[in-house]
Amino acid sequence: MTTLRSTVDRRSPEFLANREAMLARLAELAEEHAKALAGGGPKYVDRHHGRGKLLPRERIELLVDQDSAFLELSPLAAWGTDHTVGASVVTGIGVISGVECLIVANDPTVRGGASNPWTLRKTFRATDIALANRLPVVNLVESGGADLASQSEIFVPGGRLFRDLTRFSAARIPTVTLVFGNSTAGGAYVPGMSDHVVMVRERAKVFLGGPPLVRMATGEEADDEELGGAEMHARVSGLADHLAEDELDALRLGRRIVARLNWRKHGPGPSLPPVEPAHDPEDLLGIVPSDLRTPFDPREVIARIVDGSDFDEFKPRYGTSLVTGWASLHGYPLGVLANARGVLFSEEAQKAAQFIQLANSAEVPLLFLQNTTGYMVGREYEQAGIIKHGAMMINAVSNSAVPHLTVVMGASYGAGNYGMCGRAYDPRFLFTWPNAKSAVMGPAQLAGVLSIVARQAAAAKGQPYDEEADANLRAMVEQQVEQQSLAPFLSGRLYDDGVIDPRDTRAVLGICLSAIHSGPVRGAERFGVFRM
Amino acid sequence: MITRLLVANRGEIARRVIRTCRDLGVSPVAVFSDADADAPHVGEADLAVRLPGAAPSETYLRADLLVAAARTAGADAVHPGYGFLSENADFARAVLDAGLTWVGPPPEAIAAMGSKVAAKAMMAEAGVPVLPELDPAEVTEADLPVLVKASAGGGGRGMRVVRSLSALPTAVADAEAEAASAFGDGTVFCEPYLERGRHIEVQVLADRHGAVWAFPERECSLQRRHQKVLEETPSPAVDEELREALRAAATAAVTAIGYVGAGTVEFLLAPDGRFFFLETNTRLQVEHPITECVTGSDLVRWQLAIAEGARLPEGPPPARGHAIEVRLYAEDPADGWRPSTGVLHRFALASGGPGTGSSTMDGQVVEFRTGERDHGLRLDSGVAGSSVIGTHYDPMLAKVIAWAPTRTEAARRLASALASARVHGPTTNRDLLVRALRHPAFLAGDTDTAFLATHDLTAPLADRRAREVSALAAALADAADARRRSPVQRGVPPGWRNLSSQPERKRFLAAGEEIEIAYRLTRDGVTAEGFPEVALVGYDAERVVLDVDGVRVAFDVGAYGDEVYVDSALGPVALRQVPRFTEPGEAVEEGSLLAPMPGTVVAVEAAEGDEVRAGQDLVVLEAMKMRHAVRAPADGVLRALKVAAGDQVEAGAVLAVVH
Repeated sequence: MTTLRSTVDRRSPEFLANREAMLARLAELAEEHAKALAGGGPKYVDRHHGRGKLLPRERIELLVDQDSAFLELSPLAAWGTDHTVGASVVTGIGVISGVECLIVANDPTVRGGASNPWTLRKTFRATDIALANRLPVVNLVESGGADLASQSEIFVPGGRLFRDLTRFSAARIPTVTLVFGNSTAGGAYVPGMSDHVVMVRERAKVFLGGPPLVRMATGEEADDEELGGAEMHARVSGLADHLAEDELDALRLGRRIVARLNWRKHGPGPSLPPVEPAHDPEDLLGIVPSDLRTPFDPREVIARIVDGSDFDEFKPRYGTSLVTGWASLHGYPLGVLANARGVLFSEEAQKAAQFIQLANSAEVPLLFLQNTTGYMVGREYEQAGIIKHGAMMINAVSNSAVPHLTVVMGASYGAGNYGMCGRAYDPRFLFTWPNAKSAVMGPAQLAGVLSIVARQAAAAKGQPYDEEADANLRAMVEQQVEQQSLAPFLSGRLYDDGVIDPRDTRAVLGICLSAIHSGPVRGAERFGVFRM
Repeated sequence: MITRLLVANRGEIARRVIRTCRDLGVSPVAVFSDADADAPHVGEADLAVRLPGAAPSETYLRADLLVAAARTAGADAVHPGYGFLSENADFARAVLDAGLTWVGPPPEAIAAMGSKVAAKAMMAEAGVPVLPELDPAEVTEADLPVLVKASAGGGGRGMRVVRSLSALPTAVADAEAEAASAFGDGTVFCEPYLERGRHIEVQVLADRHGAVWAFPERECSLQRRHQKVLEETPSPAVDEELREALRAAATAAVTAIGYVGAGTVEFLLAPDGRFFFLETNTRLQVEHPITECVTGSDLVRWQLAIAEGARLPEGPPPARGHAIEVRLYAEDPADGWRPSTGVLHRFALASGGPGTGSSTMDGQVVEFRTGERDHGLRLDSGVAGSSVIGTHYDPMLAKVIAWAPTRTEAARRLASALASARVHGPTTNRDLLVRALRHPAFLAGDTDTAFLATHDLTAPLADRRAREVSALAAALADAADARRRSPVQRGVPPGWRNLSSQPERKRFLAAGEEIEIAYRLTRDGVTAEGFPEVALVGYDAERVVLDVDGVRVAFDVGAYGDEVYVDSALGPVALRQVPRFTEPGEAVEEGSLLAPMPGTVVAVEAAEGDEVRAGQDLVVLEAMKMRHAVRAPADGVLRALKVAAGDQVEAGAVLAVVH
């Protein structure tokens, strides 16, 4: 036992100010989440309820085990676009009959549940998660198909949806589809490609072409029920394996199907009891500085996330700007890499490369706690081989085969984002705290660099430099970069899997680790050539 | 000397006798019916003999089988307990004829007291006051109300109160029938009925050498349907003078008939202080423990000693303090005392009051025994957790006895023990007993045989709000249990959400009403709709602590499938959790032919009552443009035809029934 000590002073002005700032961010986040929860708004929600139908989250709540957790993924998808926050689909990880499943539920209150490009991206991210972590997929379908206004962005990439479903099946990852309403045209292939299909009597409508299209194509007169009713599919076409009396019955059947999957996780179960941290996670709100330029000790965070605040540090006296060490979370062993003072030097990069190899050797998942401004620049550092050492770290991260989890606690700038397993490095899950920012570099630095380059160009041409225009440009760039580096913006573009309350970090990571262990956990067979 | 004793009984009295056997070093032998094969008394005996069947008439009432069992098991004595054959002179004779020791009075004394009509005459002769006997045929308006009693009866069976002459013939006929079936003797008689009388009785012990102990009286006035529910000693209505008169009368009664062994002389005490002989019970009484508690005697031990020929010393031992016994019955006082059945999942008297979570018996609770102390709790129970309460035998689960220096203390201690007892299973009269013990009239000593008819005590201890809060506690305990049982994510807080869209909902049935609990578990505790005054202090699968309007209340939760029992200071609450989903498929009549699909009936090829052959078309359905003939599955008769041509039918609808 190496229990981390905490030096947090809960009554210090800094702590209180940090906490207040974080609470303000959380309140803003709650407002954005409320938009996702509102779906198509009261009018369409009432209309939907008026038809005796359940909302997607009501369906999910009845589908998952009572009192189990549900981790909603990408709730801010399409934030900052013309589309509704949440992208007219709900995705997440829930426990059904004791089995962790990836659930995808159309939101029919948002334009009839039609898919727009963000719906597609969010759904693909969910199916990526299911495939990477070997999670059974349960689709709760009620969708008007493609949003025709944006069909050009959907049609070609959208084919992946059906390809994925059958590849899941081939990979022996079960797929279950419960059809609550429309699932027509291309959407008909969702049940078509699924292992198990339930349709709700008098509600499900599954056909390639509806009555008008059939009449146009062949002149045949046929009604909805004949072409794609639940009864027809259950008794005639055989597309439905189960005919549900109503929505509740469909959810009951879905739970029974999952209960009978004979599901076994391929990863090891937790090896230790899930001891709560010795330090109060509530403190996380006051630990993270409101100004990202102020460094903070990530051990204070680790002490509030991992089991028993128990953390065995690796190379504590070497490369001290990056904290590495071993812990467990909800009983799952975990290697942790956490930025301590933002900048990564050669020592930190080499330490990380070694640590990641050790984790692969021991087959232990890795957690990256990002708060980095990037790799160090300057003559001394370039000459000492910072590129080589940064490349070693990126090589290790890229080729590491153990599951990675990333949490952006603060800054995530430059190649630090890459070395610390940013989105492009395929962590199994990536979550962001509401105060976090991510960009190629800090807004002020980026504006400053642009200004210097412009000034140099003017000087080369012998032109006078317009200082006023420069100031305006800098302000504009700074503001734009600032706006685009904020958590909701990045989350809206699916660059993370969600923005989370720092106090929920342990629960979120616990769910992720448990889900990850549905698949096997194996270390890398080999890495790229390490440039020495 | 008795070395091996067959206990010809079951339930708590069998256990009671076995307990004394253990104290004395006598080897106990149990008998058991098939329904009692796993009953506690069977496992506690050294040997046990099966009595095939379940009905009393096949088992515990079979003298021949019991005597054979005693012989087979090598017993040298038989204790009859109470009820069953305990007052059957023929059984006593059969035991003696088999060369075994009979732990009871001589068969002649049993026979003499067995006929209440004859017994009354004997007592009148011995100078014991008796009520006049009325011939049912000669009862007049002036005699009303009268009590019709079975001459061979006991335990309230074969007994009827008659308040109008027109009701008399029916009451007599019913009582005769009941008596004939229960006791094998349909003789009934009538007595004047004292509306506000008290039931007072005197425990006696008589040895073979002429010595008689008459203990201080017991009062057994709290009765429902002439069945005792609560007994106490001494009676609050008896002063020292009356006590001596009662003891003297009892002594005279037993002396007159040459009685030997333990017995009880029952009297009716009129409001004016006069008392009348009712009957003599020639056996150990159900309520004998209260006498044991105040005197420190072991009456079963004396029964055995007297059967072995021992002499009673100078006595009886002086009584001290006050003892009260209640009988816990599996019955619903709010539903006409209807017996309830089912699995008793848990039965225990908890230690430090409700919500302490203890499953062990209190240090102050003793089983079948009286401690040396001047106060305590005694439990005489025939059941244990997971006993099945059936319909074959008496619905009494247990007797709970409290004794203390004063009546008030005993009543308070007993009420508290009952209120906090874990009784997880069939409905019982527990709440009624607690209300009786806490009732001002009871505490004032104002008890008579009409007490339970006068005071309506059938309301549950837990009021509606208590039931609702208990249901919330049940929902939360269920949440903790769900996490504990979950194969995954056991470290994740129950019901965790990063985006909370709605509460978790659970439904319970309590006292016939549905309670829906809608709650969200958050990092700050719980928010539950309709419970603004409730805050969560802590919870696990067995225990939930809530702050209810500034008062901290602990709820102990026991869940057994969909049955949930919540015990707290707010009162015990029994809940049934409503399943989340209803399973489809209602049972349909055998031989029903169901529509294989929804559709239209286009033709009916047979008529109701027709003889039909296997494979014959009966109904033709059209659906999805397809015709589907529903055919007779076997030769038979078309008993019912539920549809006609042109009808629209749902899939699964019954079309016809063929037998």
